[in-house]
Amino acid sequence: MKAVITVIGRDKIGIIASVTGVLAKANVNILDISQTIMQNIFSMIMLVDISKMNCEFSELSDQLKQTAQELGVDIRFQREEIFTSMHRI
Amino acid sequence: MFNANEILETINMISEENLDIRTITMGISLRDCASDSGKTARQKIYEKIVRYAHNLVKTGEDIERDFGIPIINKRISVTPIAIVAESSDEENYASFARVLDDAAKAVGVNFIGGFSALVHKGYTRGDRLLIKAIPEALSETERVCASVNVATTKAGINMDAVKEMGHIIKECAERSRDKGASACSKLVVFANVPEDNPFMAGAFHGTGEPECVINVGVSGPGVVANALKQLDGADFGTIAETIKKTAFKITRMGQLVAQEASSRLKVPFGIVDLSLAPTPAIGDSVARILEAMGLEKCGAHGTTAALALLNDAVKKGGVMASSYVGGLSGAFIPVSEDAGMIEAAISGALTIEKLEAMTCVCSVGLDMIAIPGDTPASTISAIIADEAAIGVVNSKTTAVRIIPVPGMKEGDVVEYGGLFGRAPIMSVNPFSSEKFIDRGGRIPAPLQSLKN
Repeated sequence: MKAVITVIGRDKIGIIASVTGVLAKANVNILDISQTIMQNIFSMIMLVDISKMNCEFSELSDQLKQTAQELGVDIRFQREEIFTSMHRI
Repeated sequence: MFNANEILETINMISEENLDIRTITMGISLRDCASDSGKTARQKIYEKIVRYAHNLVKTGEDIERDFGIPIINKRISVTPIAIVAESSDEENYASFARVLDDAAKAVGVNFIGGFSALVHKGYTRGDRLLIKAIPEALSETERVCASVNVATTKAGINMDAVKEMGHIIKECAERSRDKGASACSKLVVFANVPEDNPFMAGAFHGTGEPECVINVGVSGPGVVANALKQLDGADFGTIAETIKKTAFKITRMGQLVAQEASSRLKVPFGIVDLSLAPTPAIGDSVARILEAMGLEKCGAHGTTAALALLNDAVKKGGVMASSYVGGLSGAFIPVSEDAGMIEAAISGALTIEKLEAMTCVCSVGLDMIAIPGDTPASTISAIIADEAAIGVVNSKTTAVRIIPVPGMKEGDVVEYGGLFGRAPIMSVNPFSSEKFIDRGGRIPAPLQSLKN
């Protein structure tokens, strides 16, 4: 099972480190990652494998929410199917 | 891997353009709950609803979290209560509405539909008692929705029922006068009612439906409006194409959620309803789509053509995106629930007559329209008759959800808050239809050939 994590917000030091740290602890493997900064707005999109995740989807979702608050950015954690269903026939 | 634009497009639709799943509605058959004792029947109804739907709200919330798509409402529709209740000795069916309300509260859904009767060709004893109980039922419960089907293309229009519904709507208004006649917002009078509609207030679980089923209604007028705003000056072919593509994407999301809900709840998937359902939120308006096509205000000449294009393109895009499409499937034009419609009505651009014309080309009918409290019952019946005629002749669903607000006159505005929004009081034609409505009887079914 795969999921997409998007992080959008004002750029600062340590965003990737914080987010990937949470993922590593949850045993979530990062499959792909792309990141850009446009006019100081940081945006990162990650495709992750959650099949070996050591906690519930909801727990990781809550942890990421907390990380988002600490960093002052917006983090979304969504199952991949929502994007496949919309953009792939 | 996706490209970043696709992911950001989806996220933008949800966070900026109000894309959401409007409702997951669980249809539950109550046919096996009939009993000669009203008390036993009500007990069976309560137990069955709670047994089937106890997980509905939680499952909806789980899906919402896992996929990051808001699911606004979780609802229940049941077999028309007239059918379930009429084997009982009960004379006042309002007690059945109370038990539906209790069950809805127990499982945490915000509406339960199915306090309904189908009388397009005539009444049974149960139909008569149910309709009589509607004003009490709707004014004394919170979450129960009622509907009455008074006409079909195959049976014609039951004008006795049309006449009675005029009085019932007035009585509903009177009984809830301190709340701006809010009971009327939970009552829909239909022609050609669909049996699998997931949207309130007209949802019920038809007699041809399975034991239990999941139907999903998607929404996203904001997404369509924004897509059109980037097409300044483009021709209608381009506009239709853009709406189709957008509707496809929106519906795919509905299909995904419907399948997921169906597998998690272990209940078969019924249909996705392709309707564009507005809310009073900024940017979640069908009127704004029509205005984005180049009309100064919704209601201006050209509105019917714009709506026809929109409605057709939404269906064409949506049909391919879902394996089963049903329900109402069309653009909704509820006045009080659509910021653009409210504005158009207040400015005088949008009148009841124009809305009536618009209902010829879209779902669903004269919806959430507030009119002066002193409008005679016969005029309300005549409005229903006109809508029913449009539905019957054009083989489509039409409906009337109209609110004669006691003590208010044209130019006033009644506030409901939440999803029901606010409604400017619209003027109705002052000339009488009383003698016409008094005739009673049935308008015969129309010819289905020689169509012109």
